[in-house]
Amino acid sequence: MLGATGICAAGIASVLLFILGYLVINGASSLSLSFFTQLPAPVGELGGGMANAIVGSGKILGLAVLFGVPIGFLGGVYLAEYASPVGAFVVRYVTDLLNGVPSIVIGIFAYSLIVLNAKHFSAFAGGVALGIMMIPISVRSTEEFLRAVPNGLREAALALGAPKWRVLATVVVPAARDGIVTGILLNLARVAGETAPLLFTAFSNRYWSSGIDQPTASLPVMIYTYAISPYEDWHRQAWAAAFVLLMLVLGMNIISKVVLMRSPLRGGR
Amino acid sequence: MAARVQAFTRRLLSGDEVTRFIVTLAGLAILTVTAALVFELWSNSNLAREKFGWGFLTGSTWDPNAGEFGALPFIVGTATTSLISLVIAVPAGVGAAIFLAELAPRRVSDALTFCIELLAAVPSVVYGLLGVFVLVPIMKSVVEPPLRAVLGWTPLFSGPFYGVSVLTAGVVLAVMILPFIVSVSRQVLIAVPVEQREAALALGATRWETTWRVVLPFAKRGIYGSIFLALARALGETMAVTMVIGNSTQLKASLFAPGYSIAAVIANEFTEATDDLYLHALIQLGLVLFAVTIIINGLARLLVAGTTRRSDAVA
Amino acid sequence: MHTIIGKTVRRVVVVAAAVAVLAVLAVLAVLAVPAVAAAQTHITGAGATFPYPMYSKWFDAYHKLHPAIQINYQSIGSGGGIRQVTEGTVDFGASDGPMTDTQLAAFRAKRGSDILHFPTVMGAVVPIYNVSGITSALRFTPEVLAGMFLGTITKWNDKAIAAANPGVALPATNVVVVHRSDGSGTSFIWTDYLTKVSAVWKTKVGANTSVNWPVGLGGKGNEGVSGLVKLTNGAIGYVELIYAVQSKIAYGSVRNAAGEYVNATLESVSAAAASASMPDDFRVSITNPPGKTAYPIASFTWLLVPTKIADPAKQRAITDFLKWMLSDGQKMASALSYAPLPKAVVDRELKAIAAVK
Repeated sequence: MLGATGICAAGIASVLLFILGYLVINGASSLSLSFFTQLPAPVGELGGGMANAIVGSGKILGLAVLFGVPIGFLGGVYLAEYASPVGAFVVRYVTDLLNGVPSIVIGIFAYSLIVLNAKHFSAFAGGVALGIMMIPISVRSTEEFLRAVPNGLREAALALGAPKWRVLATVVVPAARDGIVTGILLNLARVAGETAPLLFTAFSNRYWSSGIDQPTASLPVMIYTYAISPYEDWHRQAWAAAFVLLMLVLGMNIISKVVLMRSPLRGGR
Repeated sequence: MAARVQAFTRRLLSGDEVTRFIVTLAGLAILTVTAALVFELWSNSNLAREKFGWGFLTGSTWDPNAGEFGALPFIVGTATTSLISLVIAVPAGVGAAIFLAELAPRRVSDALTFCIELLAAVPSVVYGLLGVFVLVPIMKSVVEPPLRAVLGWTPLFSGPFYGVSVLTAGVVLAVMILPFIVSVSRQVLIAVPVEQREAALALGATRWETTWRVVLPFAKRGIYGSIFLALARALGETMAVTMVIGNSTQLKASLFAPGYSIAAVIANEFTEATDDLYLHALIQLGLVLFAVTIIINGLARLLVAGTTRRSDAVA
Repeated sequence: MHTIIGKTVRRVVVVAAAVAVLAVLAVLAVLAVPAVAAAQTHITGAGATFPYPMYSKWFDAYHKLHPAIQINYQSIGSGGGIRQVTEGTVDFGASDGPMTDTQLAAFRAKRGSDILHFPTVMGAVVPIYNVSGITSALRFTPEVLAGMFLGTITKWNDKAIAAANPGVALPATNVVVVHRSDGSGTSFIWTDYLTKVSAVWKTKVGANTSVNWPVGLGGKGNEGVSGLVKLTNGAIGYVELIYAVQSKIAYGSVRNAAGEYVNATLESVSAAAASASMPDDFRVSITNPPGKTAYPIASFTWLLVPTKIADPAKQRAITDFLKWMLSDGQKMASALSYAPLPKAVVDRELKAIAAVK
């Protein structure tokens, strides 16, 4: 009977190998230099690439980090170091609430709050949508890693007469730095593949988008539009894009997991 | 009082109050964002509430042409796909977790867990892509015929099968939620104190009996928690589902028939709703999804927190 | 006691100050969004997928002629085009179904100005199918199409299909209807046609950009529908002609009002346009026309341009593009299987452009 459970585990793990293998075969073979350097071709014409979507994804993710991580990090510091029991309960509860919001619903929110008021789709709106999605996990990982820092460290520094914020900034946070940074990286990997919140915030763009107030192409949205199209060439490019996206996301995951395993602090999970 | 003020000023000058202020601000920002989110959803869906009331949840017609909006097909679709995914993923996932926590050597366990957790990182749209081009043909040639041969007499597995269907969406979801079930269940199982196992083994129980009768019951709450966590994820899943579910608002008993889910209909129709009532009905759907997910997530957290805390205490 | 009061006071001060700063930040954020200006003229349009291959070609060619002007067109569906242009989130919309009077009124109420319809090209919607075993082109009657989409004809060897296709060996494959899942002008043309030819369809479903489909699977966009049809044996769907041609899917001829089976071609679409008289606001339906050589499921497709465009650079770019589209642009249409506009319509449109200010 126990042997059967081994089959389950092997079966599930092999799904990953299958997905990887399939994407490598279909995606990597469709990759070419033009994929990384050119704009999409007009409908029905061969060739073209997704350079603008790659840059666009980067831009949107950058904005998401700028928006979500500071709030998440400081919120985590608040929970771990400053909050009163009531404050901690409320913020923690609401953070969990926010974590449970389906990504498409966050898309609706960013659309009605930003797109409708600014009167255009923009990378900014997409960044905010993804940024909101990053908040809850940033909060929780920051809090957990700060709590994992031994109290002895804190007390020693406080005993030297340093104010609490200096202790935090020079002792506690640096001690938890690996954990916090990898937490952010994992978090980023999670939102990097999000499509639903971008459909009606960042929208898409056939060209390069300048600044952050233009509709902006992104890899996940391109994969979606290309995958549901009837053109073989677009399907090929969708596989290529999926391969690139998956490599980026898995890469971020693997790096952060390896760093975590090596780290002396293994707070949280 | 004066002493208090003085102490306050001192801390202000030393920068501590500023820090407190900034981090409190961040805490408040989280509350504000969430409150604004709920407020936006609520105030942008009032037309649908006024017109349909609770009937919105039970109406089975979604006819933008006639201004008739009922959420039942999407609620049923979301519930069915999630349920199918659980039926597949729970036995497989818990089974795998048992293997990883109880049987496998540490090294093997770590490596496999690493692989399985990476599955959670695969973007939803990539699952959709694989669903359309790989799973749909497999469903048509490998999965459907035997199912129909054995269970074709039930309404659940009758009617034509086009490849895209409620069942296909359920299968894609199952793969997507497996990592959550495996990862959390494994942790909960590992947290079961060694004494529990040793006691059972000492009483002459086999390894399987120990796992089945002692370890699993001990970790029960945590495993339920992992299932709810997975369920919450399945409910809100959008892209992969909309690519393989068939997007049909007709309510059908058969799992072979195409269906629709709440998240999928929002993704498909949100930018295109041409009148306000239509838009409000879609946002109202978002609100329904939000509410359900919150409840499921809350249950999950309670259960998981309960178990790990208890086992921590025992350990 | 003092401790508690002191603590409470401090908390209140902190919270109040925090709220104030948040409010200021929020205001700054909202102000900062539109402040970023661009040297180039970026124009965003969205809507119909039916003319997307044409528009994508046009906007690409126009960008090559005028590198400072980028027109980003996203084919999100006609319903979406109407919605987003009404909300003002895009600079122009595009639709294959003319806006209804209610929609025009809604636009006026929201934006305080009017919106104009500019026909760009004409296209045909064709029934596409994927039935393994059928190699020759099928012929469809209005009754067969309505029957399939109503769910009353469920097998490909149905008597009604056989009667229209003598000599074709029809398999007993199940009919799988594929329709649009998004609000679509192509759906409007298709349902507008079915409403004209089938009384049952008219009472049960009606014509609109999104309808309550009696049967079938939904695919997003013309791309999604042709994609699904390609993947599904026994499928029938409807797409703009170019999608059937480009993605190499079989499509059939349709019996027109005069009783002739007509293939969708540039000539048969132009013949359909010739039989309709164009009203001043260009909102016209040319499905099921009387002409003997006319293809029955054809339509104009429109750009939806607000009469008031606040940004003068955008106003100039859009009106210039419209003029180019009506002259040089028209010459590119037939290569992509769209029928160019009749001369008379072009002349009237050139006059109408003056209203875009």
